[in-house]
Amino acid sequence: MNLKGKSWKFPDNISTDHIAPGRLFHLRSNLPEFAKHVLEDADPEFAKNVQKGDFVVAGSNFGLGSSREHAPQIIKLSGVGAVIAKSFARIFYRNAINIGLLLLEADTDKINSGDELEIDVRGGIIKNLTQDTTISFKPLPEVMIKLQNDGGLVEHIKKHGDFDLV
Amino acid sequence: MGQTLAEKIISMHTQKPVTQGELCIAKVDVTAVQDGTGPLTVSEFKKLGKKPANPSRMILFIDHACPSPRKELSNSHNVLREFAKETGAILSEGGKGVCHQRLVEDFVNPGEILVGADSHTCTSGALGAFATGMGSTDIAVASALGKTWLKVPSSFKIVINGDLREGVYAKDLMLHLIGLIGADGATYKALEFCGSTVEKMTMADRFTLSNMAVEAGAKAGIFATDEKTKEFLREHGREDKFKNIDFDDDATYERVIKIDASKVVPVVSCPHTVDNVKPASELSNVKVNQVYIGTCTNGRIEDLRVAAKILKGKKVNSDTRLIVAPASVNILKQALKEGLIDIFVESGASILPPGCGPCVGVHAGILGDGEVCLATQNRNFKGRMGNTEGFIYLSSPATAACSAISGFITDPSLKGVTK
Repeated sequence: MNLKGKSWKFPDNISTDHIAPGRLFHLRSNLPEFAKHVLEDADPEFAKNVQKGDFVVAGSNFGLGSSREHAPQIIKLSGVGAVIAKSFARIFYRNAINIGLLLLEADTDKINSGDELEIDVRGGIIKNLTQDTTISFKPLPEVMIKLQNDGGLVEHIKKHGDFDLV
Repeated sequence: MGQTLAEKIISMHTQKPVTQGELCIAKVDVTAVQDGTGPLTVSEFKKLGKKPANPSRMILFIDHACPSPRKELSNSHNVLREFAKETGAILSEGGKGVCHQRLVEDFVNPGEILVGADSHTCTSGALGAFATGMGSTDIAVASALGKTWLKVPSSFKIVINGDLREGVYAKDLMLHLIGLIGADGATYKALEFCGSTVEKMTMADRFTLSNMAVEAGAKAGIFATDEKTKEFLREHGREDKFKNIDFDDDATYERVIKIDASKVVPVVSCPHTVDNVKPASELSNVKVNQVYIGTCTNGRIEDLRVAAKILKGKKVNSDTRLIVAPASVNILKQALKEGLIDIFVESGASILPPGCGPCVGVHAGILGDGEVCLATQNRNFKGRMGNTEGFIYLSSPATAACSAISGFITDPSLKGVTK
């Protein structure tokens, strides 16, 4: 599977408050509406300008803070193809696996906002077409591959009747 | 082979003993959601076509936005109420208190596994439970199946010895630790607390430490059980649920961090990350517009007593607003009995119903542009209290109370006011 899109660069420590702000709590029951405000408190231009297939590219500890699953949900709804970061916070990572948002762990220091990236998911390679460079990402954990192949946690349970992960 | 607390408690819920790094399926004793995360759990749960595995131990808390400030949230609250009626799951109505306080008061026991759709679910780890935060969908599945998938964490042993100085509290210890290891210093790990300071700590202090484990990225914050745990359970009608849970001397810890409690000073987390920790004494020129005392971190009767002792007979600064929210209705009742609410009201404070209050930025204490809030909560991210143009500092209740009086961030140990 190959993904292609434009990068949107974010710094370290982007919290789920940045991604899905508490002042918009009331939009949790209307995810498509909430998605119009995704990452608003980190970059007010992102939600209006992100194109389907674009990538969120971040520093370390992406998704720290609250467990709100709405955070990865609205990133996915905004059309983002994958989030690439140096590291992810635990609960955000687990939530993304459960809902089918692709997360890739790689050294993103040299990727700039606006760079065109092409990702070979199976091969583990991110090609930066703008800078003509290549980086690799950490292999996806087995659990993530299994759940994503089944279409998320709920689909996995419906398909197998129980966990089929261990 | 020796086990850590995490290995021990998880192994009590798996088919065979497990060790750190292993992926396993573990039985879950209690599941919890709150009004922000619960409606999504309900909708995902319904897709599974099952009933709750153990309805009397699936609890839905209305605490983040109550009484409801707008109709969308009122409708969300009704989703939780209806689900509880349909399935026999337990509803903790708005006004009863913050989920993590209610969970330790009434629902979680030593040796149990709790998973909750709220990141501060780790609070219950102070009871010798394995308690961890997850997302709404995970809790839907755990509630339906009575189990979850877990990677057994490796653990950091946090050894705290020495006596806390006057004016220094558990919150200062925890902020100091988070400042030391960083907001992602313990990602995926279990923090396991021990040492002479820990042995002397009240359960309230232990809850403060466990509550903030997630602010260092940790999966859990666990204490061994002892007489204090037993006494706490006795006070809440659950003495028969006491279990001896302790780590083994030959358990393998990934890292051991030693803290000399006598060297810790009152500290404050500065905007906009929890690990941006500075001594309170260096922030005396920071003017404070709003002080908030409450939350699952520091809204217990012990915290309110400390604050009331400082505020008794004093007035909140004319340029500063003080908000106080007991973390549960039990605490509110006790605070009323002890005359603490009188003290707060006389000083000029507003009293909020038991719940999360201003912490989440949904209602009741949203900051104006450029305003500074000093809060006893656990998070100070940009925009957390409803305004990206606001600035949030975190502290102990003592620091918060002193600062409410002076109108500036004030080190309580310098004032001698806590004697």
